[in-house]
Amino acid sequence: MTLLATDLTAEGLGYRVDGLELLRGASLHLRAGTVTGLLGPNGSGKSTLLRVVVGALPASAGTLAVTEDGLAHDLTAMRRRDRAQRLALVEQDAHAEVPLRVRDVVALGRIPHERRFGAADGAADAVVHEAIERAGVADLADRSFDTLSGGERQRVQLARALAQQPRVLLLDEPTNHLDLAAQLDMVRLVREVADAGVAVLVALHDLAQAASLCDEVVVLHGGEVAAVGEPVAVLSPALLAEVWRVRGEWVTGERGRALVVSPL
Amino acid sequence: MTTVRVPTAASAARTGVVARPRGSRVPWLLVGLAVLVVSLLLALVVGPASVAGPAPITPGDVLASGWHHVSAWLAERGLPVAVAENPLSRVRDAIIWEGRAPRAVAAVLVGAGLALCGVVLQAATRNPLADPYLLGISSGAALGAVAVLVLGVAVPLPVAAFAGAVLALLATLGLAGIGGRLTATRAVLAGVAVGQAAAAGVSFVIFSTAQGDSYRDILGWLMGTFGAVSWSSVLIAAVAVVVLGGALLGFGRTLDAFSFGDVAATALGVHVVRTRWLLLVLSALLTGALVSVSGAIGFVGLTVPHVVRLLLGPGRSGNAAVARTSAAVGGVFLLWADTVARTAFAPLDVPVGVLTALLGAPVFAILLMRSRRRGEA
Repeated sequence: MTLLATDLTAEGLGYRVDGLELLRGASLHLRAGTVTGLLGPNGSGKSTLLRVVVGALPASAGTLAVTEDGLAHDLTAMRRRDRAQRLALVEQDAHAEVPLRVRDVVALGRIPHERRFGAADGAADAVVHEAIERAGVADLADRSFDTLSGGERQRVQLARALAQQPRVLLLDEPTNHLDLAAQLDMVRLVREVADAGVAVLVALHDLAQAASLCDEVVVLHGGEVAAVGEPVAVLSPALLAEVWRVRGEWVTGERGRALVVSPL
Repeated sequence: MTTVRVPTAASAARTGVVARPRGSRVPWLLVGLAVLVVSLLLALVVGPASVAGPAPITPGDVLASGWHHVSAWLAERGLPVAVAENPLSRVRDAIIWEGRAPRAVAAVLVGAGLALCGVVLQAATRNPLADPYLLGISSGAALGAVAVLVLGVAVPLPVAAFAGAVLALLATLGLAGIGGRLTATRAVLAGVAVGQAAAAGVSFVIFSTAQGDSYRDILGWLMGTFGAVSWSSVLIAAVAVVVLGGALLGFGRTLDAFSFGDVAATALGVHVVRTRWLLLVLSALLTGALVSVSGAIGFVGLTVPHVVRLLLGPGRSGNAAVARTSAAVGGVFLLWADTVARTAFAPLDVPVGVLTALLGAPVFAILLMRSRRRGEA
């Protein structure tokens, strides 16, 4: 199978509920093979944006399109199945007590590729197997999902998203509630997925982590895009003070540049 | 396909585990069928001796008499089959084939259908306490039935009950859909409201008009009973279970996707709102058809799915497996429950719903205690 280099472009996205404008004029461009960080304080609209992009919330304004080998496709006009063949989402907290085998949870990622009435697609087993391997959950494959720890669940969710063979992968704070080793593991996995040619958008709270992982960051503030660009350029002391109300500075050590954050 | 592998000794060792073959489904299907056939045979021969005469009816008699009817039917159509002799007297034959058999088959069908609806509704609404009567369907059906039993509306009882169920469903979905999308919570709340309204109507009709023996008829029907079942009502239940139940069985993996929440299901390509409407309507129509046959038998649809999940154990409780197994367990369970209800207090034919409630309540209490021990409650 040849991979299509898929980009995602959102222009002027808005989302409005009960008179509240949770997202306003948000534009972003996700390029194949790169990791874009979605940053912003609590309530800035990160999860809302991800849900609008994946189609779980209806956009009240703006356009959303994927470009495959130069051809643009309107995502909002696409059938849900077709959309899910291109976009996958790893949600923040998988607290669902689902008594399903991990292998079967991952196999749910094949739903958009199945023909009607659950007839399996030919590639299903191989793809599921590979997704399990890539996410590093092979030793959990026969465990029940509801017996897993938070970090394990997060990796299983990632495996399920990989089984969708998405061209665009969205992750909502995948390192939340994970211990340090598990966080580094998740960051490495996300990087690997992008290196395989997927356009990745990952919402993160940890700015230092974002700075080391992301090729580009999008900063949301009060439902609007406050800044876009390379982490080092965007995460300036002025922006950190304005958006997060913290003091931040870049320090250069022997292992590269890092962001140090302290109270204002 | 581009792959990103991080080959380690550990991952290489694991690959052998991944291709573990899954247990074949065929033996379990055979086991289920065998249990069902044996249960049906036993249910047919169990009965008060005084009605059947001094000599007990044996399973062999039932089989031979069954073959008599089949061979006669075939011979009538010009097939070269010798008509076998019927070992049963005319009265006994009628007791078996006009009385117990339709009743037993109806019990199996209703039990299977209710348990299946329970699985579907519990998953579609992500509410472990959901049962087939969630959307006010039983109360709607009861209102239709009471209209026939008490007010003497000139419509066959199953038709009136089914019409009541459908009206209740429409009212519930209409109420839930007003001014917003159909979420699980909205559907449940609307069902409660419609159910209460219909129940009030039932109480009012009974209180204001029922006299003498009609009380017992009504109570029997409200609790759920197979006492008045005939082959025509078996046909209603059979068509509903095969067509609607068969359709519901195809939704197992969609229901698995639902269990991770609406956002996750959407991201997996499921049209959440449309699918939820479809599942609610299909299972409500099935429930309505079953209620029209037997009245609203409680606890089967609520309890059987939980027991089955417990039996299958964690890791094997995908909704497709739970739905299949629940249908089988529900069918056999209700057959036995009705056999006990019919015989244990003879000559009194206790409504089977009394028995299922009596059994269901403690079973549910045990399930609750177990789930608390696992830290879920």
